[in-house]
Amino acid sequence: MNEELNYKPETSTHEEPNYMKIFYWLCALTAIEILIAIIPNGPFYPNLLQGFLLISTAVWKAALVALYFMHLKYEKRILGTIAMIPLVLMIMALVFLLNDITVPEATAEDVSSSEVESVLED
Amino acid sequence: MSESAVVNATQESYESPVTPESWGKFGMWIFLAGDAMSFGALLVVYGALRAATSNWPIPAETLGIGLTAFMTFLLIVSSLTMVKGLSAVKRGDIAGLKKYLGLTILGGVIFLSLQAYEWTHLIHEGLLFSENPWGSALFGATFFSITGFHGMHVTGGVIYLSVVLINAQKGKFSAENYNLVELVGLYWHFVDLVWILVFTLVYLI
Repeated sequence: MNEELNYKPETSTHEEPNYMKIFYWLCALTAIEILIAIIPNGPFYPNLLQGFLLISTAVWKAALVALYFMHLKYEKRILGTIAMIPLVLMIMALVFLLNDITVPEATAEDVSSSEVESVLED
Repeated sequence: MSESAVVNATQESYESPVTPESWGKFGMWIFLAGDAMSFGALLVVYGALRAATSNWPIPAETLGIGLTAFMTFLLIVSSLTMVKGLSAVKRGDIAGLKKYLGLTILGGVIFLSLQAYEWTHLIHEGLLFSENPWGSALFGATFFSITGFHGMHVTGGVIYLSVVLINAQKGKFSAENYNLVELVGLYWHFVDLVWILVFTLVYLI
């Protein structure tokens, strides 16, 4: 046990990333994100574009934390592979749920419009 | 037996591209991957419920961005102090390690205090696990589940960091022995990473 505690990981030989630079990037991206969120939607700035930009910025920030603060960029591939598993599963869950996401709204509209039609026919 | 196992493990790492150089780190990454699946499930379900619900409130209007933007900044700063602490111990600067661990813990405690303030405020306004004055009740359920689950992780992180700080006080770390500091760092950065996603998905979109 003691030997393991005293063991100096091989990764310590890599050059340390510029942590301050990563920190400034994270702060700047957070500020940009808030800007993206508070600019009101319009014909040239639809809700979907806003959502896409926000998620892209968040993924960018998360990647910076994982690659540099968590040193994933300098680790062996096995650790990166482990980290990718939940990401792949999350995307799969999203794809499987996509079918359900649109169904309730469509059904609600269908029901209401068919109700309106039946009332009009009466 | 354990001695030979450790020796083998360290030797193996130089021969194989698959085995990690630190089994502790390997274990922590497996734990974090499992934890990420829990958070992933919560966030994906949040998105699905939200997209399928017509009267979902606009979070930016009901929750307010200012306070949580500051909380995000706080966690980013605490991640920075964590890596600074690791850098310090790698140089053999134990006083620096203790200072930065203390600052990281402080960041976590302030974050939790602000979250408690936010929750109290929202509960007083009528947002509960099954009630929401601004629309769908599912909003309250998902909001408290996700931020609560994350808050528990921050609480766990503060305790974990405190244990490492106590070990640093006892003089257990040096420039040759900092594996446990690196492991607590991985956990803490993960908590920061998850908050980055929660902030965007729950507060901004």
